[in-house]
Amino acid sequence: MEAGRATAPRNRLAVAGARSTTEAMLRNQPRGDVIRNAVFAGLLLLAVAIALAGLLALVIQAFAKGSSALSLNLITNPPSTAFPEKAGYRPAIIGSLQLIAGVMLFVVPVGIGAALYLEEYADSSRWWNRLIEVNIQNLAAVPSIIYGILGLAFIVRGPLDLGFILAAGSLTLALLVLPMVIIASREALRAVPDSIRQGSLALGATQWQTIRTQVLPASIPGIATGVILAVSRALGETAPLLLVGATVFVTFDPTPFGTDGYSAMPVQIFNYALRPQEEFQALAAAGILVMLVVLLAMNSFAIWLRNRYEQRW
Amino acid sequence: MVVVLKEQTPKISVRPEFQQAAAPQIKEKVFELNGIEVLYGGVSAVKDISMEIGHKEVTALIGPSGCGKSTLLRCLNRMNDLIPTAEVQGELLYHGEDLYGPNVDPVQVRKLIGMVFQKPNPFPKSIYDNVAFGPRVLGRKDGLDETVEKALRGAALWDEVKDRLKDNAFGLSGGQQQRLCIARCIAVEPDVILMDEPCSALDPISTGKIEDLMIELKEQYSIVIVTHNMQQAARVSDRTAFLMVELDAEEHNRWGRLVEYDATEKVFTNPSDKRTEDYVSGKVG
Ligand SMILES: Nc1ncnc2c1ncn2[C@@H]1O[C@H](COP(=O)(O)OP(=O)(O)O)[C@@H](O)[C@H]1O
Ligand SMILES: [Mg+2]
Repeated sequence: MEAGRATAPRNRLAVAGARSTTEAMLRNQPRGDVIRNAVFAGLLLLAVAIALAGLLALVIQAFAKGSSALSLNLITNPPSTAFPEKAGYRPAIIGSLQLIAGVMLFVVPVGIGAALYLEEYADSSRWWNRLIEVNIQNLAAVPSIIYGILGLAFIVRGPLDLGFILAAGSLTLALLVLPMVIIASREALRAVPDSIRQGSLALGATQWQTIRTQVLPASIPGIATGVILAVSRALGETAPLLLVGATVFVTFDPTPFGTDGYSAMPVQIFNYALRPQEEFQALAAAGILVMLVVLLAMNSFAIWLRNRYEQRW
Repeated sequence: MVVVLKEQTPKISVRPEFQQAAAPQIKEKVFELNGIEVLYGGVSAVKDISMEIGHKEVTALIGPSGCGKSTLLRCLNRMNDLIPTAEVQGELLYHGEDLYGPNVDPVQVRKLIGMVFQKPNPFPKSIYDNVAFGPRVLGRKDGLDETVEKALRGAALWDEVKDRLKDNAFGLSGGQQQRLCIARCIAVEPDVILMDEPCSALDPISTGKIEDLMIELKEQYSIVIVTHNMQQAARVSDRTAFLMVELDAEEHNRWGRLVEYDATEKVFTNPSDKRTEDYVSGKVG
């Protein structure tokens, strides 16, 4: 009893000490940490701001310059050197639509086929399959002008010898975006868990039945997203088209195999922008606005598609 | 370290009438394994497995994890063919036919020998389409509705889902999903059903339902079940095989080996191997 009472103050002291230590641990971080945190967050925000400011400046500038030229003429009328106030993008729009239709025709079966081979059939322990994989990654990073040269050498001339026709441009763009489609499709296929394939095979389905009825349906949203993004890239490409014959001044509606030349939206914008006259500058800006709206719509649709329909496992 | 007590009574209870029963002979064999060895990339996972599996019986494979139970089970419907590095050696007869013979198509094998996996793996489709999937890929499109209903009844799931056959199977509980997978399996009218730890992801009530189901199903099907739950093996199986990991002299390589295979009541009440006794009495695991 005596001893207990004597130690009581000391105990109280010890308890108070322990409590203040705990309080100190829970209190604010040191000032240095707080400042470093704030500075870092600020820098990150700045990076985002710079990226957005670029896009915003482009939109505002295009709108300021191009709003005067925004009218239905833009879509319905062919270009004209003599009457810029009446000139439009009609052949370029029709050309671009045909180009991307051709891109899709080529890229959907070939891209999905290649992805299916690599994901479902190829034995990745074989060196040639690994080589193919690495090269597809590399191809996605090859500058588009190289594809233009390839298209010129092998599609326009060379083995295919198609000439400077729209279909040749389409094929060139398709080759350019094919790696994107393959990579996106592979990711979509890989997202389908193996347990689904095993479940299907264990019921006596063949590998092809399993792919057709289970794996592909489950990965279609992801594949479609990849195809849309690839097509929007193809839509905006200019450099390879200049090499494979998208002649800059076409006043008639192009056809896939017509030998009189064809044009595309970005090429026509480029052409208008090169002209010094105020009216053509406005036309170029208006064309940029149209392209921006279309590309943003396509990309938003791709994102929506992925979020809405992607299978969650 | 394994401490072995003398005269240890096993903790698993078995119905008294089984206590002294002699192991009944297998009347009709569905599988006959002679010296089966499975290798992954040239390294043995199980070795020297010789056993006969009875028709319309429930056979349990038990043993510590990694001893090759799943590997052995996957041999029986040639699912190991899907693993590029896997290689099966030895003789495996199915109703007297060599299952690995040159003219045997693994796809045909899997139509006759179905499989239920550890984790329920319903397809991302409606309940109906899940069950109808097997018959459809086999081209059995007539009377599909009846087939689906029969399979769902067979898997004791019909009453719970009959009003929402068009709903996505992912909306079912884990236990219902597993019974759906069993329904999906019996919809193709197999001869054998293989189950790899079918209850390990389920709660006790769902587990009980599936165990009851297995006892019902063995009227029509031969069942081979892998389980790490010894009570479950004791409750549902007629015969139990106990596998264990064995090390070579240098302790470099390890593989699974069949230690004891007998009538379940014998394995759990009067095992002939000390290692089985230690395992079933819970001393090692
Ligand atoms: N696909 C595989 N590739 C290589 N080794 C494997 C594979 N599957 C299983 N194994 C090996 O085979 C042994 C047995 O595994 P498994 O059959 O899954 O055992 P259990 O089902 O009894 O836990 C383990 O050592 C495991 O690492
Ligand atoms: Mg296992």
